[in-house]
Amino acid sequence: MLSYIAKRLAMAIPTLLIVITASFFLMRVAPGGPFDGERQLPPEIEANLMAAYHLDEPLPMQYLRYMGNLLQGDFGPSFKYKDFSVTDLIAQGFPVSLELGGLAILLALLLGIPMGVMAALKRNTTVDYLLMGTALGGIAVPNFVIAPLMALFFGVILGWLPVGGWNGGALPNLVLPVVALAIQQIAYIARMMRASMIEVLGSHFIRTARAKGLNERQVIWRHALRPAMLPVLSYLGPAIAGIITGSVVIEQIFGLPGIGRYFVQGALNRDYTLVMGTVVFYGILIVLMNLIVDLLYSLFDPQIRYDD
Amino acid sequence: MSTPLLEIDNLKVDFELPTGTVSAVKGVSFTIDQGETVALVGESGSGKSVTSTALMRLLPEMAKISGAIRLDGEDLTQVSASRMRRLRGNEFSMIFQEPMTSLNPLHRIGRQIAEVLHRHRGLSGSKARARVLELLHQVGIPEPERRISSYPHELSGGQRQRVMIAMALACEPRLLIADEPTTALDVTVQAQILELLRDLQQRYGMAILFITHDLSLVRRFAERVCVMRYGELVEAGETATVFNDPQHDYTRMLLDAEPRGSKAAVAENAPVLLSGQDVRVRFTTKKRLFGKDDHFEAVRGIDLTVRRGQTVGIVGESGSGKSTFGRALLRLLKSQGQLRFEDTDITDFDKSHMRPLRSRMQVVFQDPFGSLSPRMTVGEIISEGLKVHFPELNRREREARVIESLEEVALDPAMRKRYPHEFSGGQRQRIAIARALVLKPDFLLLDEPTSALDRSVQMTVIELLRHLQQKYNLTYVFISHDLAVVRALSDTVLVMKEGQVVEQGSAESIFQTPREEYTKALLKAAFLREMDSAA
Repeated sequence: MLSYIAKRLAMAIPTLLIVITASFFLMRVAPGGPFDGERQLPPEIEANLMAAYHLDEPLPMQYLRYMGNLLQGDFGPSFKYKDFSVTDLIAQGFPVSLELGGLAILLALLLGIPMGVMAALKRNTTVDYLLMGTALGGIAVPNFVIAPLMALFFGVILGWLPVGGWNGGALPNLVLPVVALAIQQIAYIARMMRASMIEVLGSHFIRTARAKGLNERQVIWRHALRPAMLPVLSYLGPAIAGIITGSVVIEQIFGLPGIGRYFVQGALNRDYTLVMGTVVFYGILIVLMNLIVDLLYSLFDPQIRYDD
Repeated sequence: MSTPLLEIDNLKVDFELPTGTVSAVKGVSFTIDQGETVALVGESGSGKSVTSTALMRLLPEMAKISGAIRLDGEDLTQVSASRMRRLRGNEFSMIFQEPMTSLNPLHRIGRQIAEVLHRHRGLSGSKARARVLELLHQVGIPEPERRISSYPHELSGGQRQRVMIAMALACEPRLLIADEPTTALDVTVQAQILELLRDLQQRYGMAILFITHDLSLVRRFAERVCVMRYGELVEAGETATVFNDPQHDYTRMLLDAEPRGSKAAVAENAPVLLSGQDVRVRFTTKKRLFGKDDHFEAVRGIDLTVRRGQTVGIVGESGSGKSTFGRALLRLLKSQGQLRFEDTDITDFDKSHMRPLRSRMQVVFQDPFGSLSPRMTVGEIISEGLKVHFPELNRREREARVIESLEEVALDPAMRKRYPHEFSGGQRQRIAIARALVLKPDFLLLDEPTSALDRSVQMTVIELLRHLQQKYNLTYVFISHDLAVVRALSDTVLVMKEGQVVEQGSAESIFQTPREEYTKALLKAAFLREMDSAA
């Protein structure tokens, strides 16, 4: 098991290297720089700033310097939030994003799995069509469309919930962003759960369970549910990636202080180090989450074992 | 005269499909007495499995059942669903054809057996465990104490079927329905499972309804036999009577469909087409970052000489390495040792070197359902190889070759416009053969080409292969676990076990006077020797 984890982490290094390199150079290809503003800075000040941040060096030099610092765990200073290092900003924003994303995944599982099971059990009935039609809608409409509509309806028209802001993570402030973030995942998970449940219900060992004289409830709870959940479990890796990228948009729309917002603002401001920092952080997060999901999988399915 | 244990009276099963009603069982009646074994025989589509599943009331909802199924006078078609659940797994139980997939892969086997005891006997905890251990012991699982906490994937197919049997027998049912219980197993394992069933039958005094397509098993195992075709019972009676004096044409045809005949040996000086020396195939089972990788040697040094016009049969049980060896011969797999095709040393040939030779060495696989692309028409499948190997042919010439090869395998050339799913298993295997033949090969590797087919269909495919061999002087390597088929087709036979050849020789000597214990065990298990003495 440990050697498997070590191997997976070793395999992540080239992945991260490519991600870092690509985003480093892509970022620099974008026109403009971190110190362009509405007011043109005097050339000598700008030159001083560039020198202070080593932006006057040739690009390959900057790349090597950045990589060198990164190896020591230093993401560098933010160009825009001048008193903060990138590490500070991520440390500030991550708890917010984590709470948002974690709740969204939880909601997606809690709603998506029962929806899928229900649809599978009532296959080709009105219930099934209704559930799956809803799910299709959830997939078809992107969250940057749903989120403002929800804010308009529940926040402005009905006035039930705040339209934005974090407010220290108060529940009313969480509802809209979490739901907006979860909708697409609920839909995916429901559809996946339905398909795998139908497949499992048609399998030979379910026939065996019925032949034993078990009733339908026992057949479904004891024998069908866990195997049917396996595909959903392996989807959690990509789902977490989806939630992360989704939260970039949602945090911006609802004005939440998560790292997604820093990412967007960093990109707009050409805050090179901040963007790079969030990209690297996201990369590591996705790699780790996929690893954790794969390890969880071996807990659920005895046929998968990573030890030697 | 006591009342029979099970009485099936004019049973009809109709499937109501969107396209109309399909009658799968059309008024079948028979009885089973206490402790008796009745065989229900038929080929695929005969309705035998539908009949047995109807007894369990496990058919999908679109199935409409009429007639009566009386267990001890109680009509199972009329009882409530909850009463039915109390009977299932208790008064009568069932084992299935697919031991590999019939157990829940996520539950330990002990738990799966205990579940029946809990459901019907209210046993749990140490009492249930004691009974499970007893059952595992009875069905011959070694080290029950340890195996009780195994998962199904840790057991072999034969062991899984034993677990299924333990589960079915847990509550000492009076009737066991065994639906092709040994079809998916190797012959030696098959024999063991049947012995086991017979032992347990005596111990528990239960009746067995034994569903099979394999007549040689019926002869050994059943007291009475019912023959089904197209949902109807065409003949029923004492096993000996039916076998010795079949009344119905279909029964006679089934009995005749047991492969017969043998192949004349080719001249000793016939040119060698394909030869291998010390062929070895190794698979890497575990790659290590540092140090040596782990290997498994599937083929361990086999010598083989195939002369033009010969058929070399390779027999062995699953895991013996026979298919791996076959693939190595065609260099579809990397191997060590020397390989020659005619005068060419192909030992180190890679894909691109092999390509020009591919048209001369073709292969037909076991699974007629998986080996043909479902998105291509039959014509496209057959002509695909022509485009690669004979690019000089134009469309019209290719079409002519396709038509010719379809006629060769006795299929209507008009069928080339259709897709594989529109064909039966036997027809698909003919298509696979046509696909190989169209390239005018010298050598055909036949990897279990008839194993997925019914006996009567098998016979026609064997006849076709024989005919083609004579007509084109083809050379075959014929891989099969089915000894009767190998015997009918081969002039030389290799018996493989654990990657090695345990015995080889002419088909006649192997089948008449086997020397090695393993060969004898195989033959005995396949009941071939008894068939000879009976015939």
